[in-house]
Amino acid sequence: MSRGRDQGEIVCGFIPLTDCATLVVAREFGFAAEEGVDLTLRREASWSNIRDKIALGLFDAAHMLAPMPLAMSLGLSAFDARIDAPFVLSVNGDVIGVSEPLAARLRAAHGSAFFEDPAAAAAALRSATDRRPLRVGVPWLFSMHAILIDYWLGRCGFDPERDVALNVVPPPFMAEALAAGELDLFCVGEPWGSASVENGAGALLLAGPSIWRFAPEKVLGVARTLAEERPDALAALIRALYRAADWASRPEHRGAVAEVLSAPDYVDAPAELIERALGGSLIVSGEGELRQVPRALELFDAAATFPWRSQAAWIVERLAERHGLGHGLADGAGQVFRPDVYRAALAPLGANLPTASAKIEGALSAATEVASLGESLALGPDSFFDGAVFDPGSGNSPKN
Amino acid sequence: MLSGMTTRIAVIDPDRERALLIVDGLKEAGESDIHVIGDESGIARRLAEIDPDIVLIDLESPSRDVMEQVARASSPLERPVAMFVDRSDEAMIRSAIEAGVSAYVVDGLRKERLKPVLEAAIARFHSIARLRAELDATKAALAERKVLDRAKGILMKAKGLTEEEAYAALRKAAMDQNRKISEIAQSIVTAAELLK
Repeated sequence: MSRGRDQGEIVCGFIPLTDCATLVVAREFGFAAEEGVDLTLRREASWSNIRDKIALGLFDAAHMLAPMPLAMSLGLSAFDARIDAPFVLSVNGDVIGVSEPLAARLRAAHGSAFFEDPAAAAAALRSATDRRPLRVGVPWLFSMHAILIDYWLGRCGFDPERDVALNVVPPPFMAEALAAGELDLFCVGEPWGSASVENGAGALLLAGPSIWRFAPEKVLGVARTLAEERPDALAALIRALYRAADWASRPEHRGAVAEVLSAPDYVDAPAELIERALGGSLIVSGEGELRQVPRALELFDAAATFPWRSQAAWIVERLAERHGLGHGLADGAGQVFRPDVYRAALAPLGANLPTASAKIEGALSAATEVASLGESLALGPDSFFDGAVFDPGSGNSPKN
Repeated sequence: MLSGMTTRIAVIDPDRERALLIVDGLKEAGESDIHVIGDESGIARRLAEIDPDIVLIDLESPSRDVMEQVARASSPLERPVAMFVDRSDEAMIRSAIEAGVSAYVVDGLRKERLKPVLEAAIARFHSIARLRAELDATKAALAERKVLDRAKGILMKAKGLTEEEAYAALRKAAMDQNRKISEIAQSIVTAAELLK
């Protein structure tokens, strides 16, 4: 419970990943303190811990996989609770890789195991192995990782039910599971993608953005007690995170951000690995082959921190495809992402924010100027690899 | 499950020392059928072999997310497991999570069977946390002692003081600046390293 906490005191859980950067920067570079927030960060070993501790009131807020607060609100996860997501902590950041035996076959047939085009990668995969189901390691069932895998393979002729088996593997154990021959594919966030291929247990096949160019990856999940009992503290935290994300996303600050993130209390990984991930260069094979991926991880630009209701609606539709929810549930879950809370919190900063709360996902194949509260704001690209366009319909209410 | 049968318990903890202490605690509480899973790869397979009624898992283990999938019965483990989420006993869940342990039970296990097991585990986690805190405090005290000795040595050499005089100088500086002696000692050691 947040009872017993001082007005500006916020306890926030996080998982040691590159994309917890905004939270760490808000604390370590003074943005939280400047907004009057006493931000305590608690490192956790599992997403299950994060879920339970926010549901039980031990945390006020947490670094969460974007689908997590939606799954919790839909009653899909073991511990249900109403969690709001008023801020997106990162966009993109996942990579997809294959086991070394599969990589070797792909290399023999195509010269490299790394593909720019997801459809070509799926076709290559189909001719490289007859194994069904493909065993795919993901960090958590309700994750953008699982959703991207389902979406990609499902639209390339694989049956997500029969041909794909999602296995939860904690990212630190991904390399080991690959080496033990327990996985054919995996999807993780940095620094674990590079870490999984560096020792030769596997190779990267695709970068996440090639499937969806603008996939919300982590959000700030907020306990109802904080949102309802201390709205001013929450607004101050959102301002601190917005300023921290702006600062952390600048290339000239990457070194400093990586240095702080690398500490044992945070990500506990070499600063060099983290800096590379922040800058979007990926190690794609054990031979140290590097690829530069546009917007491999986005903390701020193109309104990355804005919690679009249409993103939530798209995620809910994917959860429904996989877990068979009834129609109508999506409307309730649409209230989990809170652009209204975000906008109200940032009004005092005079920040440049979108005026709409939902958009047509997948419509922008290039950066495009949109209506905003400031001078100019470019969104996108946000296209899907298969050219799909997702119109959230009724969720597109400008009054929010 | 029939009353009178023993309850099979699996303890997942990569920290071997702690796992053994928990097993001791469960034995004291009258449990006998206890299995430890220390190796975190392939826990789904190990669980299928053990076929436990209750799984206790350390919250410091990243494998808790694997356990979560096992609990959804969408994994190699055939037997359905349900996470213990009886909201009427939220206080107990909360104290377990705060102590650093989570419990999963097989569907149908009677609630009164879980309670003593979980209570014994919580008690053990608390006592382990206290032991480790004491150990950390002892280590910190030893480290402070070392720094203090080095600072005294530096002062003795630089100013030709006896050990008592060096200590008195440190104490006086601490009192004048309203800081701890250990902080003053650390400043001296740091400064001396910079001036080398």
